[in-house]
Amino acid sequence: MSHVLIIAEHDGSQLNSATAKTINCAAGIDNTELHVLVLGSGCDAIAQQAAEIAGVAKVLVADRNENAVPLAAVLAPQIAEIAAAYDYVFGPSTTFGKDLMPAVAALLDVEQVSDIMEVTGPRSFKRPVYAGNAILNAEVAEGTKVVATVRTASYKAGPTGNSAHIEAISSTAALPSHTRYVELQSEAAERPDLQTAKLVISGGRGVGSKENFDIVYKLADKLGAGVGASRAAVDAGYVSNDMQVGQTGKIIAPDLYMAFGISGAIQHLTGIKDAGTIVAINNDPEAAIFEIADIGLVGDLFEIIPELEQKL
Amino acid sequence: MKTIMVCLKRVVDYNVRIRVKPDGSGVVTDGVKMSINPFDEIALEEALRIKERGEAEDVVVVSIGPADIQQQLRTGLAMGADRAVLIECNEDISSLTAAKVLLKCAEKEAPDLIVLGKQAIDDDCNQTGQMLATLWGRPQATFASKLELSGNVAKVTREVDAGLEVIEVDLPAVITTDLRLNEPRYVKLPDIMKAKKKQLESVAIADFGVELSSKVTAGNWETPASRAKGIMVNDVDALLAALKEKDLV
Repeated sequence: MSHVLIIAEHDGSQLNSATAKTINCAAGIDNTELHVLVLGSGCDAIAQQAAEIAGVAKVLVADRNENAVPLAAVLAPQIAEIAAAYDYVFGPSTTFGKDLMPAVAALLDVEQVSDIMEVTGPRSFKRPVYAGNAILNAEVAEGTKVVATVRTASYKAGPTGNSAHIEAISSTAALPSHTRYVELQSEAAERPDLQTAKLVISGGRGVGSKENFDIVYKLADKLGAGVGASRAAVDAGYVSNDMQVGQTGKIIAPDLYMAFGISGAIQHLTGIKDAGTIVAINNDPEAAIFEIADIGLVGDLFEIIPELEQKL
Repeated sequence: MKTIMVCLKRVVDYNVRIRVKPDGSGVVTDGVKMSINPFDEIALEEALRIKERGEAEDVVVVSIGPADIQQQLRTGLAMGADRAVLIECNEDISSLTAAKVLLKCAEKEAPDLIVLGKQAIDDDCNQTGQMLATLWGRPQATFASKLELSGNVAKVTREVDAGLEVIEVDLPAVITTDLRLNEPRYVKLPDIMKAKKKQLESVAIADFGVELSSKVTAGNWETPASRAKGIMVNDVDALLAALKEKDLV
């Protein structure tokens, strides 16, 4: 029996869906017991949410004031100490996990497997490289702790209904004061979260301006969809960074992805490869996005979006 | 501050269409254009801007790889770095090993700031900066889109999934760069000529005494499954019909 420690991600009140997806990935390793570690401050409700996820045997709660904000320099020493008793340490490949897990790996003096997309054996994992243009089988030597991040778009959240045992845990690790949290600047989240939305409407450079993005939002709201964007649209200042989809933004897997005025750079395509159906609307018939779209329509998005909205 | 250390990785240029070798042993790199990892180029640009504002004296670029990485280091010098350190290594090393070697380098250079890309666009690991900071026992500020220095403190705006997170770190610190931190300058021909006279020190990786072998090894490489060929429709009605057929709207 091997033991897996899964690092929970949360915003102080809610468990992030990436955690359940990470758990689902770890459940694919044979003969393991899964424990979730929640680091937070006043985080009983979050621990409760983690305990409800199927497959979880135990939830460990490291509740202390310093854990109120997610600073890798503060969390990593605690995780490394607790991880000593585990064979695997998994975190989500979100900005939280990407920031944190390599620090944990370094403290444990082991290499990290980034972005697991498939478990192919107890010590072998498929992961995308070169912006998803190649898939590598990473193999971890026997006797080495496996520290990894999980590409959450490759996994669905498993069922709930469990009631795992919750246990408080304390760490004696010395915590640094050289890193201080100032603030999170976040756009009001009035639309479905990109990483969990079943429908995502995305706009690119072709949308042309911040004001023009209103028609994208209008269509999204009619459909109850999340809104994403290409790097070009974010760079141009049309939308905020948290909406960027692609290699360096969010990797998403909605049932339906509709791209308006997005040319389809490989860095963008890598972020949407797991979408159920990809629809592309672009006025350039040669746009690369049409190569991977399931349904393509050549035309002017400023005519097509209002027509779609009206006919839906 | 005195020194900023910038780590550059040589990677397959971002415009190259990647092909997996038929025997699954890696990707085709023979005759392929190589460049500085774009995120590292942003890191160097940021270091140069700090120096040009008079807030640093010396920018040193460091790279690990075969002798050919000299080209990328010379590009770094042409962009404006003062000197370069080439750590010659002819085998593939992991991010952890790279971090250990860079740590030795940092101990020698004693920089106030180490800046590098948040990830390299070849292995997409996104690990080295965090590992280096941890091993160095210094703060990390990853995915930076804004960097403000004031005395011994760096205020860093980080691109995170929920928006923009602002943190403060004491120097020395490790900063990893995101795309929107800056737009790197183009190198001008006279600068390339000038760069030839700048100091480029070569060191063998063996001199650092770091174990190079890895516990995580690359098995077979594969080409990702491609999506089934799609259809083109002529108008909105046909698009809606196709979506309704799939029960998506």
